[in-house]
Amino acid sequence: MLIFEHSQSGRINSAQRTAALQPLQEIPKAMLRKQRAQLPEISELQGVRHYTQLSQKNFSIDTHFYPLGSCTMKYNPRGANTLSMQSGFLNRHPAADAELGQGVMTSLYDLQEILCEVTGMEATSLTPAAGAQGEFAGVAMIRAYHDAQGDTARSEILVPDAAHGTNPASAVMCGYKVKEIPTNSDGDVDLETLRQVVGPQTAGIMLTNPSTLGVFEREIEEIAALLHQAGGLLYYDGANLNAILGKTRPGDMGFDVIHINVHKTFSTPHGGGGPGAGPVVANKRLAPYLPIPMVGVKEHEGTSHYHWLTEAERPESIGRLSAWSGNVGVLLRAYIYAKMLGTTGMERVADYSVLNANYLMKQLQKKGFTLAIPERRATHEFIVTLKSEAKELGVSAMDFAKRLLDYGHHAPTTYFPLLVPECLLIEPTETEDKATLDAFVEAMVAIRQESKENPEQVKEAPLTLPVRRLDDVRAARELDLNWYNQ
Amino acid sequence: MPFIPHTEAETRSMLDAIGVDQIATLFEEIPTSLCANAPQQPEQGLSEMEISQLMRSRANADDGVTCFAGGGAYQHHIPAAVWELTTRGEFYSAYTPYQAEASQGTLQLLYEYQSMMSSLMGMDLSNASLYDGASALAEAVLMAVRANRKSKSKRILIPKTVHPNYRKVVHTLVRHQGIELVELEYDAKNGTINPDSLKISDEDPGYAALVIPLPSYFGTLEDVHTLTDWAHSHGMLVIGSVNPIAMASLTPPGEWGKEGADIACGEGQPLGIPLASGGPYFGFLCCRKALVRQLPGRLIGRTRDLDDKEGFTLTLQAREQHIRRSKATSNICTNQGLMVTAATIFMSLMGTTGLEQMASGSYSNSHKLVERLSTIDGVALAFSSPYFHEAVITLSTPVAELLQILATQKIVGGIDLSNDYPELGNALLVCATELRSDDEIEQFATALEQILC
Repeated sequence: MLIFEHSQSGRINSAQRTAALQPLQEIPKAMLRKQRAQLPEISELQGVRHYTQLSQKNFSIDTHFYPLGSCTMKYNPRGANTLSMQSGFLNRHPAADAELGQGVMTSLYDLQEILCEVTGMEATSLTPAAGAQGEFAGVAMIRAYHDAQGDTARSEILVPDAAHGTNPASAVMCGYKVKEIPTNSDGDVDLETLRQVVGPQTAGIMLTNPSTLGVFEREIEEIAALLHQAGGLLYYDGANLNAILGKTRPGDMGFDVIHINVHKTFSTPHGGGGPGAGPVVANKRLAPYLPIPMVGVKEHEGTSHYHWLTEAERPESIGRLSAWSGNVGVLLRAYIYAKMLGTTGMERVADYSVLNANYLMKQLQKKGFTLAIPERRATHEFIVTLKSEAKELGVSAMDFAKRLLDYGHHAPTTYFPLLVPECLLIEPTETEDKATLDAFVEAMVAIRQESKENPEQVKEAPLTLPVRRLDDVRAARELDLNWYNQ
Repeated sequence: MPFIPHTEAETRSMLDAIGVDQIATLFEEIPTSLCANAPQQPEQGLSEMEISQLMRSRANADDGVTCFAGGGAYQHHIPAAVWELTTRGEFYSAYTPYQAEASQGTLQLLYEYQSMMSSLMGMDLSNASLYDGASALAEAVLMAVRANRKSKSKRILIPKTVHPNYRKVVHTLVRHQGIELVELEYDAKNGTINPDSLKISDEDPGYAALVIPLPSYFGTLEDVHTLTDWAHSHGMLVIGSVNPIAMASLTPPGEWGKEGADIACGEGQPLGIPLASGGPYFGFLCCRKALVRQLPGRLIGRTRDLDDKEGFTLTLQAREQHIRRSKATSNICTNQGLMVTAATIFMSLMGTTGLEQMASGSYSNSHKLVERLSTIDGVALAFSSPYFHEAVITLSTPVAELLQILATQKIVGGIDLSNDYPELGNALLVCATELRSDDEIEQFATALEQILC
């Protein structure tokens, strides 16, 4: 039932009235709304019950194992939420004098420093609102750097074919052409091709390390040398930072700029599709171009005073990405999480996310599932290909994914990366215990067995959820995006 | 080990299963040359009790402030149920609803949001959110250039009455795609778009779109009907950048002029999102049906399942980066789902009447505030035209210093306009929403009197 179907004309939720309706005396009649907006007319209980019941139709980390590869669905500490939602933080206007926000500004400044340390970089801007905006910022900074050198012939950004779709899309938003680089069968970037395509037209390369194939890019030092010799720069997509946190740093690998998905590595909530935050961290060469605002500090009479750095202090910046200063509430949660881990805890995050992935990979392999890259160690994630199951049993990766839902597990990422057929990209994260991983293996084995005995049950899955498989073609053909237009 | 459940025995049995003797072996593919820079002085993590002590003292330091600033971020009443429900783990810790059957809660909620937002804007349809009001305007501009096939122009008319930070963000986000932003001056007396600037010569290559703010950054009301018709008659699309609370009372983009605006966008923060130093908020983007394939961001459609039962799913994904890669309408992926969850619950609990009361309460309090401040020597209203729920006042002394003194009394006195609009002199943008009491307004006025005398 939709919220609109609970609505009754004339019902008013009077507990939420703020002021009696008053005439807008000075507003010209032509400027007043002619037709009233149509919003639900419900009681508070109807609303609370409706949205509570809706929430119960979701899988989430708090309710289910959620091994969605490349998304790092780890536990989101409740403490980080509670502490970020204190009134002192929530009620601060973004344009308020910095002296009225020293608590939040101190925390943001500390987070900038932590992120520099973790990545081996020089300076941080916290302002990008999500990973894709961080990518845009990083590539725009590369462009600003080349432009400042008067080097305007560089028109291409190199992107491996295994990259996230946001990488090429972000490069295009920065006015670049995208050149795809193939991946070899071991999962590394094909160096031969790279050597051939790097040249004076190369602005830079966008890489994720570990790659989206779930393996560490072993030739990274050589790739960095190749790019730098040709005058190009290296951009690190931080989507997979969880696997190397506290182990090795993008700055040490030769990257010039990186964005961090704090909603992945620093455990801020995914919120049903955001908000995230995508802080961007740069080395000395690219630091001047970081987006504004950033948090600066001044010492005055023995006390530190934190303030915003804007155009005046950062004249070479690529500019603003949001009306204010990015997703501050998300950044506070990331800061609290980082402080709870400490650097020792961060290294353990990498240790146990990699342990869990390798364990799960091994157990699935022992049960006869095919790995995309069997001879390599997994990082924090790995890929199973169901190509032979699809061929022999007629069930696809999508069928497995849907049936997993019936077994109480959220599905792994399906059909990504695009170059592995019938694939599941599986990322268990470090916050899952062994028993959960074992249950997942059992479910996979059971589904394969069902595929032999009763394939229709798998092909028609899920069978136990609020809805069965949805007609996506109908959704696109008979567009119904607005209840009031029906 | 915070949040890691493994006992030593479990770790050991997992290593045995993998066939390695220690975790370090799992990292053997990382060249040792890259592992030299582990932190020299390992820092121990804090317990929840310790981090609570730290963060409570910081939040308390920032607390107890009375806010008279607006300018794109407004402190409105938020029903308690909104965030109680929004932070339920099932909303809070889910992700983008790629597996529709396991995400019907989020998907149905987003469909309800799209419906409510379309109605509030008087538009055919809405997407499921963008980052904030500023980036929503940038996406609207990109969308207008793609959608306006008749106009060959990649130029956009954007008045100076649009939020200065929005204009900066649009510039950052669209400049590399050959799009030119042409600014329109405002009338010094009225604080609205100067009608003289609306002359286009025959040689002019034209524009793809006109941006119209309502209310303007100054709180004033643009002549949206005339502007919309003028833009349409010159082959432009019309983009409304509007405040959603104001749209409960003022004419929404879909009702502008003879045909209505083509695209409506804006900052969703007033709909149940706390100020929180500027984010996370969310951007909304609505359009007329014919433009749907140019719309960026997630879209939720209602459809049927195998048993012909109603259900909800992501739709028209062929517009998006995870399918179209370099040819997508935008690079946006993760956006502001949880903020939209709050806004949807907010709109449901407030209803149309609640939103109208909030709008008129803010109108009335802002007028009370401005009238009271205008009685002080050295304070004057900057523009003579009607304003909605904020206004520009001019002062006899520099604004920055005055705001600092007010800050020592825990009052946010407004937004200093002297950097963005130096021609206005000592100008301050002030706002009083429905939350500001008569006592608070009097307290602000008294403080200002003492500073100015």
